[in-house]
Amino acid sequence: MPFGLLKYGLFPSRRVPRRIPPTPELKPSYDVVIIGGGGHGLAAAYYLATVHGITNVAVLEKGYLAGGNTARNTAIIRSNYLTPEGVRFYDESVRLYQGLSNELGFNIMYSERGHLTLAHTDAAVRTMRWRAEVNKHCGVNSELIFPNDIRKLAPSLNLSQDVRYPILAALHHPPGSIARHDAVAWGYAIGAARRGVEIHQQTEVTGLKREGNRIVAVETNRGTVACGKVLQAVAGSSTRLADMAGFRLPIKTVPLQACVSQPLKPFLDPIIVSGSLHAYISQSSRGELVMGGSTDPYSLYSTRSTLEFKETLMAHMLELFPFLSEVRLLRQWAGMADMTPDFSPVMGETPLANYYLDAGWGTWGFKATPVCGKRMAETVATGKAPDILHAFRLSRFEEFAQAGERGAASVGH
Amino acid sequence: MKTMTCPLNGVRNISEFVCGGEVRAMPDPASGTDAEWADYVFMENNKAGVVREWWCHTPTSFWFIAERDTVTDEVLRTYPAGDVFTARRDFDAPNEGGA
Repeated sequence: MPFGLLKYGLFPSRRVPRRIPPTPELKPSYDVVIIGGGGHGLAAAYYLATVHGITNVAVLEKGYLAGGNTARNTAIIRSNYLTPEGVRFYDESVRLYQGLSNELGFNIMYSERGHLTLAHTDAAVRTMRWRAEVNKHCGVNSELIFPNDIRKLAPSLNLSQDVRYPILAALHHPPGSIARHDAVAWGYAIGAARRGVEIHQQTEVTGLKREGNRIVAVETNRGTVACGKVLQAVAGSSTRLADMAGFRLPIKTVPLQACVSQPLKPFLDPIIVSGSLHAYISQSSRGELVMGGSTDPYSLYSTRSTLEFKETLMAHMLELFPFLSEVRLLRQWAGMADMTPDFSPVMGETPLANYYLDAGWGTWGFKATPVCGKRMAETVATGKAPDILHAFRLSRFEEFAQAGERGAASVGH
Repeated sequence: MKTMTCPLNGVRNISEFVCGGEVRAMPDPASGTDAEWADYVFMENNKAGVVREWWCHTPTSFWFIAERDTVTDEVLRTYPAGDVFTARRDFDAPNEGGA
C-alpha cells in the first residue's frame, strides 16, 4: 500500500473524475423541469429518476449548485416535532438520512449526536413533555430529562441555577444528527446526473408561460424550454416564482443568520437548543461550533449579517457555555428563509394543473431534504400528493386547517 | 439599517421597534367571505422592493406606518397612521355570525 500511495502521489497524471457534468445546452423540451438546484430540487430529481424512471428532467439553478439555503443551514436533522403529521413526516426523513450514504454511494458524514432542547420555564417544560408524548406515540425516540441526566450528556453545559434562565429540563431526542449539507446535495446531484438528469447551473428562470391552467414553457436567461410538469423548489424566492405562476403564498422572506467559531477539540457531543434563549449550537466534525438563533425581526430579501444578531446570540450562548468567551468567530452568513404562519412547509399541488410546489421551508428545510425529494417526486410523477404531504397542502390556509409547529421550531421565533 | 425614525419619538435604535406587517385593506366585517379572510390573515404579498408596513415603537406603544425597501434594507419614510386613515371605521354594522 505505501508504495502504491507514494506512486499515486508522485505522478500527477491522476485526474479527479468530474462527477457532476458541466452544464449542457438546454433542450427544447423536458418532461419535468425542476426550478431550484438545491438539496430539495436535486433530491426530487434523483427520486424521479430512480423510483419513477423519469429521466428527461432538467434542474435549473440560478447560481451554483446547492449555493442557496442548502449551503446556509446548520445541518441539524431531527424528528421531535409537535404535531403527529409533522413527526411522521420528519421521521421518514431521519430514516432516509440514516441510510443515505449507502443509498447514494457518497459519504454525507451523517453523525448521530442526540439532540437536547432545553426548557427554562414551566411553560417550556410543559411543551417538551407534550412533544415527548407525541413523539413516543408516533414511535419516535424522545423523552423529558432533568439536570442530572443532562449533565451526563453535556458535561460542559452550564447547569447552574444561579443564572438568568436556569435549565429546568430538556427534551432528549437521541436520533438527532448532523450531516455535511453540501455532500447531501452533491450526492443527490451525482446520482441524478448519472441517470440522465440534466443540471443547468447559472440558469435563471425569468418567466413562466401559462396557457389556461397549465405552465407550458419556462423562460430562462439561456432560452425557453417547453415542459410537461414543473416543480418549484426555490426557498427564499418562493413568492417571486409563485408570482410568475400566478398564485399567492402564505410566505414571508426573512433572513436567518448563523455563524461558526474557530475549530476546537471535540468537547460537545449533543446538539443543544434553547428556545427561550433563541440559541442553538453543535460541534461539527471539523471541530467548529455551529451556532444560530432566531430569524431576523423583519422580512428582507438579503443575506447580510448584523451585529445585533451576534450580540444577542453570544450573550445567550455565554450563559450556556461561559468558557466560550475566549473563542473567536470564524465565519458568519445568512440565508433567506420562507416563513409560514404555522411554521410548517407548503408542499404539493397548486391551483395550476401541472405545477407543483415545494416551499415554506423556513428554518426547517435541510432536515427534510430526503423525504421532501422522495415525496415531491411521487407527487410530480403521479400528479397527486401522497397522504403524508396532505397536512402541508397549500389549500390548508383557506380551510383554516394549519399544522402548527411553532412550539417545535428550532428556537422561539 | 440600525435606526428608525419614529414619528412620535424621533430617531431610535431599531431594536425598539417591531414590525406589524404590511398595510392592507381589511375585508368588510359584515360581508367578508371566509376566502377573503383567509387571504387577508394568511397570504403575503412578500414583495421584493418598497413596501408599506405597520411598525410599533414598543416602549411607547406608538403604531405608525413605514415605507421600507425589502431588498436594500433601507427605511425610506415613516409617518403617523393618521396620514392614511383619516376617517373612523364603523364596526357596528350587523354581524350575523354572533360574537
